[in-house]
Amino acid sequence: MRKINELKLIFDSKSINESFSRMAVSAFAAQLDMSVEELGDIKTVVSEAVTNCIVHAYRDTIGKIYITCTVFEEGVVRISVRDKGCGIDDIKKAREPLYTSLGGERSGLGFSVMESFSDSLRVRSKVGVGTTVTIEKKLKGKTND
Amino acid sequence: MSVTIKNKSTVIYAFIKGEIDHHSAPEIRENIDDAILLYENAKLVVLDFGGVTFMDSSGVGLVMGRYRLASQQGKKIRVDNLSDRDFRIMKMSGIPKLAEINKRNEE
Repeated sequence: MRKINELKLIFDSKSINESFSRMAVSAFAAQLDMSVEELGDIKTVVSEAVTNCIVHAYRDTIGKIYITCTVFEEGVVRISVRDKGCGIDDIKKAREPLYTSLGGERSGLGFSVMESFSDSLRVRSKVGVGTTVTIEKKLKGKTND
Repeated sequence: MSVTIKNKSTVIYAFIKGEIDHHSAPEIRENIDDAILLYENAKLVVLDFGGVTFMDSSGVGLVMGRYRLASQQGKKIRVDNLSDRDFRIMKMSGIPKLAEINKRNEE
């Protein structure tokens, strides 16, 4: 794939930044031809990934969240969200729908939603080092609006 | 983000406006829970998503949590006016087993 443009964002793992980060990434990605629906998909995916960093990776601390958003000539957007938090011990389990290590108000749907609204989802994680979630989405564009 | 509560006979309506994410959910939750506990004679809690402009899976957590509290109080939950996307997320979560969910009339 041929890279057209790239955005890098680094910000604190504070919940107020959830809204900012999904707006920033979707606004950047919007240089590609995409439908309103697809723009919403990107917002949702970023929101889930960033929320995971805040509530899981940096649970009782504040750390940095690193987002890279790359857009490709082929109408593909790749978003990677990285943290240097606690890491995921059992990725398979974490990705199971409705599984949550926190209970309470968390639905356990973060990864399922990310999968459902993208074409591919990759999770790399090491306990004590951090996690990188990378999603790719091929955009169909406004014609499918 | 805002929540407007209305009570008509045995129904509590919670009209939610704005974005629901992990940041905004606690305030929305508190407003609705206060109403659930306040209107003791209510039998049904309607969560109206007509004014919701964005929701991630925190919206599902919000409905699940309200379902738990309402059930303890002998009340049912209904979710109205979901956008197509939010309806899809709710369906994925199994919420329809707990509460009636209804789509927004987009026209």
